[in-house]
Amino acid sequence: MPRFQARVLVNLRPSVLDPAGEATRAAAVRLGVDGVSRLRIGKAVELELEAPDEQEARRRLELLSDRLLANPVIENWSLELQQS
Amino acid sequence: MSIGVVIFPGSNCDRDVRWATEGCLDLPTRFLWHEDQDLSGLDAVVLPGGFSYGDYLRCGAIARFAPVLQALVDFAAKGGRVLGICNGFQVLTELGLLPGALTRNQNLHFICEDAALAVASSRTPWLRHQSVGSEIVLPIAHGEGRYQCSEDTLKQLQDDDAIALRYCNNPNGSIADIAGITNASGNVLGLMPHPERACDPKIGGVDGQGFLRALIA
Repeated sequence: MPRFQARVLVNLRPSVLDPAGEATRAAAVRLGVDGVSRLRIGKAVELELEAPDEQEARRRLELLSDRLLANPVIENWSLELQQS
Repeated sequence: MSIGVVIFPGSNCDRDVRWATEGCLDLPTRFLWHEDQDLSGLDAVVLPGGFSYGDYLRCGAIARFAPVLQALVDFAAKGGRVLGICNGFQVLTELGLLPGALTRNQNLHFICEDAALAVASSRTPWLRHQSVGSEIVLPIAHGEGRYQCSEDTLKQLQDDDAIALRYCNNPNGSIADIAGITNASGNVLGLMPHPERACDPKIGGVDGQGFLRALIA
């Protein structure tokens, strides 16, 4: 059975305020790093899975991302997938 | 006639709820373990506050898959009363019984204080004895209580008269000052404030009693 490596990136939707990101951006200024105009914090979920083919692996990961890893009310997600 | 109080791993207000319903109000109450699926004999179910399953991933995201909640979806569809308090409200949104989501407080603080609340609707049993606009005080204690939803959802909530409670002084950045909402039919209520902590006059008022009485009224 082919093995796949995947990474799901979960980010707050642009319309949702990210106070933790704002606080981190303020800390960047205190560190002396200038010019950071936007900082948003998300999650990266790394997975390994076995599936018969890439299409099936993608189907499972899309289901997982949409129903568990991200909450579509407040978050968007994207998927990176490769066979290992 | 009985009330069920769900215990998830990480719940921490379950005994407070039972103290309020059984100890203060003399309403028969039993605990429901998160793996239970038998809700027979219950008139109402309370999802208490706490940190279900450690609140890993997102608040309420993992609790959503608890066996007891699969049974609760049917229970709610048949008109059974469901009250989600704080983490319980977060679970109800993740489960899809209520719209929207609860996100990190705007000021990033865990807020633990008494909150003045305005009754926004008296349509449902939970607030039937209150007049719209009247003010009550309930404790809040949360880090992720900022209610968020799309503009379409907000309009739907308004059209359905489903906004139950609003903060008088919005502490967390919730959209439209929302502190609690019901579903369209009114049998499901989710709110961030803790009515069970306001049921004993000796320890902080009795403004929460009406919500718990409504479980069996």
